[in-house]
Amino acid sequence: MAETLKSAVPVGGTNGSGCWSCGDMRAAHFCSACGKVQPPRPVDYFTFFGLPRKLNLDVAQLEAEFYELSRRLHPDLAARADRHEQEWSLEQSSRLNNAYRMLKDPIQRTEYLLKLEGVHLEEQSKTATEKARAAGEVKKQVVPAGLLEEVFELNMQLEELRMQKKLGEDDRALVEEVAQAKTALEKKHEALLEELKGDWNQWDNLVDSGSEEDRRKVLDKMVDVLNRRNYIRNLVRDVGEVLEN
Amino acid sequence: MSSDRVVGIDLGTTNSLVAFMHEESPVVIPGEDGSNLVPSVVALDGRDQIIVGNAARKYLIETPERSVYSIKRLMGRGMEDIRDELKLFPFRLADDMQAGEVLRIQLGHKAFTPPEISAFILRQLKRNAERFFNAPVSQAVITVPAYFNDAQRQATKDAGRIAGLEVLRLVNEPTAASLAYGLDKKQNGIAAVYDLGGGTFDISILKLHDGIFEVIATNGDTHLGGDDIDNLLIQIAIDDIRGDIGLDLTRNGEAVATIRKAVIEAKIALSSQPSVKLDIELPRGERYQREITREQFEALIQPVIERTVGPCKQALKDARLKPEQIDEVVLVGGSTRIPKVRALVESLFQRKPHTDLNPDEVVALGAAVQAKILAGGSQATENMLLLDVTPLSLGIEVAGGVTDKIILRNSTIPASATQYYTTQVDGQANVAIHVLQGERELAKDCRSLARFDLKGVPPMPAGMPRIEVKFLIDANGILHVSAREQRSGKEAEIEVQPSYGLTDEQVENMILDSFDFAEEDIRRRQVIEARNEVETILAALEKGKKSPAWGQLTSDEKKQIAKLEQGLIQVKGEDDYAAIRGAIDALNQGTMRLAELMMDSAVTTALKGKNMDEADTGEAPAAGHPVAKADFK
Repeated sequence: MAETLKSAVPVGGTNGSGCWSCGDMRAAHFCSACGKVQPPRPVDYFTFFGLPRKLNLDVAQLEAEFYELSRRLHPDLAARADRHEQEWSLEQSSRLNNAYRMLKDPIQRTEYLLKLEGVHLEEQSKTATEKARAAGEVKKQVVPAGLLEEVFELNMQLEELRMQKKLGEDDRALVEEVAQAKTALEKKHEALLEELKGDWNQWDNLVDSGSEEDRRKVLDKMVDVLNRRNYIRNLVRDVGEVLEN
Repeated sequence: MSSDRVVGIDLGTTNSLVAFMHEESPVVIPGEDGSNLVPSVVALDGRDQIIVGNAARKYLIETPERSVYSIKRLMGRGMEDIRDELKLFPFRLADDMQAGEVLRIQLGHKAFTPPEISAFILRQLKRNAERFFNAPVSQAVITVPAYFNDAQRQATKDAGRIAGLEVLRLVNEPTAASLAYGLDKKQNGIAAVYDLGGGTFDISILKLHDGIFEVIATNGDTHLGGDDIDNLLIQIAIDDIRGDIGLDLTRNGEAVATIRKAVIEAKIALSSQPSVKLDIELPRGERYQREITREQFEALIQPVIERTVGPCKQALKDARLKPEQIDEVVLVGGSTRIPKVRALVESLFQRKPHTDLNPDEVVALGAAVQAKILAGGSQATENMLLLDVTPLSLGIEVAGGVTDKIILRNSTIPASATQYYTTQVDGQANVAIHVLQGERELAKDCRSLARFDLKGVPPMPAGMPRIEVKFLIDANGILHVSAREQRSGKEAEIEVQPSYGLTDEQVENMILDSFDFAEEDIRRRQVIEARNEVETILAALEKGKKSPAWGQLTSDEKKQIAKLEQGLIQVKGEDDYAAIRGAIDALNQGTMRLAELMMDSAVTTALKGKNMDEADTGEAPAAGHPVAKADFK
């Protein structure tokens, strides 16, 4: 009888770790009756906060929950507890901090989701590098389509600026031009975040009901946006260095 | 009761303090000399006894080779990174120091590591607290500069252990200061804490939210402070003296110590007056005289205080904040008394900084608040929680000598990261891991924390093992590492070789060694015990005076007792065990007849049909002869 009951209980939706009834994850972290910290369970960061694997997220609410959980899980509160409790508290609190850090930032959150869904950004760029190498174009960075012309122009200007700096010359007009290009790139960088947010909406709609194929498509789109964004970020950094030196 | 008492300690470069929560507010515990500050000076006197604090200061001038100051600068550091320090500070390394060994400083014919020297200071603070409470103190919160790295933190923790203190938490100094400020302000917003002390500089930016003190970013320089200003002034004086009088004092420790004392006084005076006259007596009887105006002083120190600007800007950038988004600025550390420093902070943050709390004491007060939180809290600390960050990124050396960062700076602690390793050769049993701390790209430019050897990897073809290594930075900012081979489930053994610092075994040995210096502690304990006894016997005497037996004494006997009582009251505050013991015994002897009479009257009363409880015998007979020894654990 007991066996049947057990299997009949819906185990906290998809996460399988929270309260058996409401799925509340707080119950998995500390006892609601005595407040004691519970041994940590291996769950992903969304689940840790009792959140669905969606990308639109109320950061203010996340912060409030982070503070609330910190008040329960922080090692300061277990300073005089026994060794096991201290260890659990340390472990739980480090997971809480890691989870909050990862989820509060829109880019890190997206990258984390991609990783959870089995897409590895690093490996992607590795494959790209290997492909380039195989084609004889050693370590050439893949310029995202649509930026080719602009980047080519900018690289020429940067090269010239570097040369001038070496010679101690100061071409104000060129500096101004490069600075403008930098501002334009920064704007593009920001616009890509907006583009990414559009993909988030698609993803969130597909999480529960979408087909595997549709979801894969959105994930690929997000990878593409992140790659372009990374490329531009590196470029902005390079331009910044040349301008500052 | 006494075990609940956790003290807060500010182990400073120049001064150290101990504080505790008295009811709902933190207070500093003064030393025997009544001073709240214990100078962080340690000396060996003529009888090879360790002297700490104000009493040790005269030895800096009299026997500089037997004394040391600013030892905090050497905590957790290796021989190769103190070259600059050795040029500016009179640290004498032990003659038999080997490269790669933990530093040892020569004091007379003895040598001590920096944690041991810091432990002497901590022991003094512990004694001050025990004297104050009249009870033992064994647990403490100790503050460290926020920008201290793992080795410097570990060294501080070791010092606590050597001093016989369980260090419940290392708290970052600026964060501690914010706790002291936040206690009565209880408001929400963004605060910046600018902490320029004797030897270290920290900047921390915090978000305050309903009692949560969340550090968002921190930065600093663990070798920047008032010491550097002193050294500039000393250098000027030495150059002047060489030029004007033709005397080279560079190697004359005594003379340099005299100059140092004079320039520090001048520096302090310049914070409140427009100019100051230096007048120093030199070894040959000549005098060095010079006037320094505040203008000259400010021009001189500009490069030093300018070095705080970079860290402040970086912290703001890391926090993604603009100066105008900072609601409050708090000043901490003695060097923030310098008007030029205040002006710099004001212009950096475009806001007048808070100076309501004594900048020398605020860190210790905050440590006391944190101590209370850890001890279970009180009404005043209710809802208060500190969320601090790690000041430096943690990395692993990967192929090509590059640092692979696994926990970024300004991550809230505790923080953890998991890395997976495998083998490169069939049957390989060991995997070496080099852990680094710092922001630079190349491993050689980062601080080496430790080298780990994962041992006992089960024999498998190359690339097959999957070794999970977990790095965890605890709430003290100290790293812990554990490893497991996942395919076999076997815990891999980790052999830790801290790059700088003491092994556990060394610390244990030092704890044992410290017992050689513990005579002082035994004496201390005797005094505390004797004082407890004094309280008991005086209370018993008060009761005796109210008993009918008192009336049966002759006036001479009463006078004699009053005299002995006065004598005891006079010595009980002193630190002289023999004197207190003697006075107790004398009073015991002198009240012998009183006790007998009280006993008699108690018996008589009982015979008259009253029971003992009703008879006003007090506890004198039982407690007075002999006074029960106070239970002291």
